[in-house]
Amino acid sequence: MTTIETQASPAETTTPRGTQIDLRDVTKDYGLATPAVDRVSLTIQPGEFMTLLGPSGSGKTTTLNLIAGFETLTSGTISLNGVDVGRLPAHKRDLGMLFQNYALFPHLTVAQNVAYPLRERRIPKDEIAKRVAEVLELVQLPGRDDHYPRQLSGGQQQRVALARAIVFDPKALLLDEPLGALDRNLRAALQSEIRRIHREVGSTFVFVTHDQEEAMNLSDRIALFNSGRIEQVGTPEELYRSPETLFTARFLGDSNVFELGGGATGDSVGWDGETWKTPRSTVASHPGVASSAAVVVRPEDVGIVAAGGKVPAGRNSARAVVTDVEYMGSYRTAMLALGAAEVRGRARIDAFDDSVAIGDQVIAHWQPERQRVVAA
Amino acid sequence: MSTVMTPEPSTETAFVTAGPRGRRRRDKSVDPIPWWLTVIGVAVAVYFILPTVFVIPMSFGSTSSFQFPPREWSLDLYVNFFTNPKWIGSLGNSLLVAVMASALATTVGTAAALGLHNLTGRLSRFLRTLLMVSIVTPAIVLAVAVYISFLQWHLVGSIWGYVLAHAAIGVPFVLVSVTSALGGFDPQLLRASASLGASPLRTFLRVTLPLIGRGVLTGAIFAFVTSLDEVVIALFLRAPAFQTLPVQMYNAVTVEVDPTIAAASSIVVVSVTLILLIPLLVRRTKRR
Repeated sequence: MTTIETQASPAETTTPRGTQIDLRDVTKDYGLATPAVDRVSLTIQPGEFMTLLGPSGSGKTTTLNLIAGFETLTSGTISLNGVDVGRLPAHKRDLGMLFQNYALFPHLTVAQNVAYPLRERRIPKDEIAKRVAEVLELVQLPGRDDHYPRQLSGGQQQRVALARAIVFDPKALLLDEPLGALDRNLRAALQSEIRRIHREVGSTFVFVTHDQEEAMNLSDRIALFNSGRIEQVGTPEELYRSPETLFTARFLGDSNVFELGGGATGDSVGWDGETWKTPRSTVASHPGVASSAAVVVRPEDVGIVAAGGKVPAGRNSARAVVTDVEYMGSYRTAMLALGAAEVRGRARIDAFDDSVAIGDQVIAHWQPERQRVVAA
Repeated sequence: MSTVMTPEPSTETAFVTAGPRGRRRRDKSVDPIPWWLTVIGVAVAVYFILPTVFVIPMSFGSTSSFQFPPREWSLDLYVNFFTNPKWIGSLGNSLLVAVMASALATTVGTAAALGLHNLTGRLSRFLRTLLMVSIVTPAIVLAVAVYISFLQWHLVGSIWGYVLAHAAIGVPFVLVSVTSALGGFDPQLLRASASLGASPLRTFLRVTLPLIGRGVLTGAIFAFVTSLDEVVIALFLRAPAFQTLPVQMYNAVTVEVDPTIAAASSIVVVSVTLILLIPLLVRRTKRR
């Protein structure tokens, strides 16, 4: 019943489902040493869930604010479905926005908050009442119409804010770390809620976060930001399995990083006296690989055998000493000091495998196809 | 009589704006109040209220006598106040000036508070201090300065002169109360409102104003009362054709020895007290 209502409701009053957002050479310069956002170009497809991910100060929030119209462009263009909105004030862009601190109007009730954008658009009263009821149902918060925001929990407040941001069927929804203020359990619940609503509404979502796990769980694609520029764009799997640069590899998940101190050319590379096969498919296409490269291996792809033991055929390997073993519940992590340089690394081992002990001399090994040669 | 009405700016503002928090704090039983503090408190309160206690019974005396306690009781003084054009006319003038001056001061003071709230650093602190100067300047200095400049601009004796001068001394009260109201205002709400399609003006009317409204109202009332009560500048600006109530009261004592002043004082004390209670009453009704 819910689904029938939502499909007949706001979402379908606009012609296409979702809006294409184009950023072309978007730059924001506050006059500091480096621009906050530096010639960022990105195309967000209609209906796509795009996450802008990056450490704090990387320009992801500034980029979102530029899309929203809260900051003025230094140069570049932003267009929605091909229409340039770069100079349009925020209130004329028709984009919904979700804030970390909810930003609900404290003097208005839940129903009045949700009705706010509809009243601004001079929609008839009975229509407003109908839409408010529908959207509160959609975010699973019926029966709270007359409550004030302060009477609700953080999670409920964010649901109200979500309802308010989608009730007027905006061209796209911008989410500025909306789960940042919530505790862990609530976060997980609202994550799946946001995913469900994205599916049901079918609108374009642009989500900003510094939490790589959140980004991987939610996104169709991730744009990874690094000091004002986009480091890499791709699906969560692409970014995790096929990073182009060391920054990307390190930002998403744990990795064992072997810096080669030079470029990677040909079918093999050398590290600490070992020779490793580097199949073409594992070498990043980034031009920096030719001059300075690193081999990256995820902990779950690393196996270990005792020193002198037999390494499975066809695998790359490195000597290591176990410096610690962490019990993680569903698995154990062996902390390694790899090679003569004692590079810190880690390997995931079975939770019931208690044969590995601190101080053991071991050989770490992995399938060459599971590694990635990135620009360092 | 003027002592009763002159608002001690900082403490009274704080008293009105910090109402609910103060009440909540009192609910929590902290250390008991020592008896000597109660004694001092009562003594100070009596000292402040005593003139009022004297003037109100005196206002019910007769037109011939001017003493406490009055020998005979009547409403003659009130009748005189409301029928004599000198008195009722000057009350009308005072109210007119106070309404216009507080409207002007509230507009300017609110705009200044909003603007300064968005500024940071030394410039904002400097401007804030500049706007507060009239609170600490001795009234007579201010009055002389106003008189000299208004002479050149031909504003002496004109209602606009009173309005401008009284608005200027009212601005700091509005600035203080609106600034304190803005302290709890989340600027993110402005962005939220814009993202929902509201223009800056609509946002001000639907979000900012309702949330800082109490501060604006408090400031407006203080500006109003300050103007109603102001005598020094008014003495300099007075003209035979246009006098305010405080000036007429001053004349009643120094020139005419008119006992109607007792009725005038009582009316002013009671009405100003009622006006100052407005913010508290508004809060009551809003809380339901």
